Amino acid sequence: MTTEQQTIVKNGLWTNNVALVQLLGLCPLLAVTSSVVNGLGLGLATMITLVLSNSFVSIIRHWTRPEVRIPIFVLIIASIVTAIELAMNAWFHELFLVLGIFIPLIVTNCSIIARAESFASRNRVIDSALDGLMMGLGFLLVLVVLGGLRELIGRGTLFANADLMFGPVAKGLEFSIGADYSGFLLAVLPPGAFIGLGLLIAIKNSIERRRSKQTVRVSAPVKPAEATAQ
Amino acid sequence: MNIHKQVTTTALLLMLFAVIGAALVGITYDSTYETIQYNEQQALLRQLNNIVPASNYDNDLLADTMELAADQNLGTTEPSTAYRAKKQGKNVAVIFSAIAPNGYNGSIHLLVGVNHDGSLAGVRVVKHRETPGLGDAIEAQRSDWILAFTGKSLSSPNSKQWKVKRDGGTFDQFTGATITPRAVVKAVHSALLYFEANKQKLFNDACDEKAGEHVPGSDTNETAADKS
Repeated sequence: MTTEQQTIVKNGLWTNNVALVQLLGLCPLLAVTSSVVNGLGLGLATMITLVLSNSFVSIIRHWTRPEVRIPIFVLIIASIVTAIELAMNAWFHELFLVLGIFIPLIVTNCSIIARAESFASRNRVIDSALDGLMMGLGFLLVLVVLGGLRELIGRGTLFANADLMFGPVAKGLEFSIGADYSGFLLAVLPPGAFIGLGLLIAIKNSIERRRSKQTVRVSAPVKPAEATAQ
Repeated sequence: MNIHKQVTTTALLLMLFAVIGAALVGITYDSTYETIQYNEQQALLRQLNNIVPASNYDNDLLADTMELAADQNLGTTEPSTAYRAKKQGKNVAVIFSAIAPNGYNGSIHLLVGVNHDGSLAGVRVVKHRETPGLGDAIEAQRSDWILAFTGKSLSSPNSKQWKVKRDGGTFDQFTGATITPRAVVKAVHSALLYFEANKQKLFNDACDEKAGEHVPGSDTNETAADKS
């Protein structure tokens, strides 16, 4: 892996995370993260879309014309998402019913067109695919963590309905902190999603700040620009 | 001249991608069509089997259907489908949709199954937008409240008792949510009234499905239903 590719990985997962730093795609993020499985389902669908759209945009980057590139990107993204929607309807029907409108709405997730425009249309296919994978994975991880938090606090379970996704084998995955846990409604409702996301962003920022302080201490002459480069 | 050429190539380019995109969607649609149809039927059948277990009937539930016109008692504004369960040619139950228009957060869509003798085979919520954690206890996965309808009929409890406990009836409400169960109880009661008024039509039309004839008496029932 070249250093460039390492930067792509780090960018997608951490420094330029779609959900925590760019704050893109918040509508589906906040709406479906009421459980781990929902978050995972939407996260995977978004990730696959990002990989495919980034690769495709990168393949055709020399053939498009600047004045129509955005309509072409939109066409590509919309076709890919529709194909994924149909595939999910066919093979993950139950999960498809749960996620409902948010699968077609992946088209409107700004992060996808943003990556197509700012990265894939300027870089090699392999790097673009990797960028899509990492951006998607970064988004997926936030969805899963937020979903986990809300499900655990709100309902007292984890991985409920995992069988919708992985088949009956996954029934045993479900974890519950006890039947007498009455649940905490706020976490399941939309405000809980905002609060949860806010907390995740705060945690990320505080880790970042602690880290940059350490770098400054270890190597004193480092330019301050490095800490604020993100 | 040059600008014309540029416009043409750009337009052709757009068209090319539109064709590619449409082809991608078309191929996927074509290759998933049957699976999706099958899934939807299976999902529907699972819902129906929750109300009338598969062992209680031997006909093809999804094929033995009839269309019900929109009806006030059902809360429907569009025609809906009724499914008839039979065993060895005898009517067992009929399952139809009912809508409770006055949920806490919009209408609640129900599937109501009624046995031949007029008792409820079961009720399930198909679609609703009630508050998670409070009103969503009407879902069978969240609590067994909805199962309390099974076996009830118009005569037991009597019509005054077809209410939630807070209103002096027999059905429980949940903590923090009275509007939701009240709406469901009322909708189920109306659905039973509908069944009572259209019983003959619901069951007998099946025999005359091909002939398209009305069973004597079914017309009078229809008018009775209109009046109620």
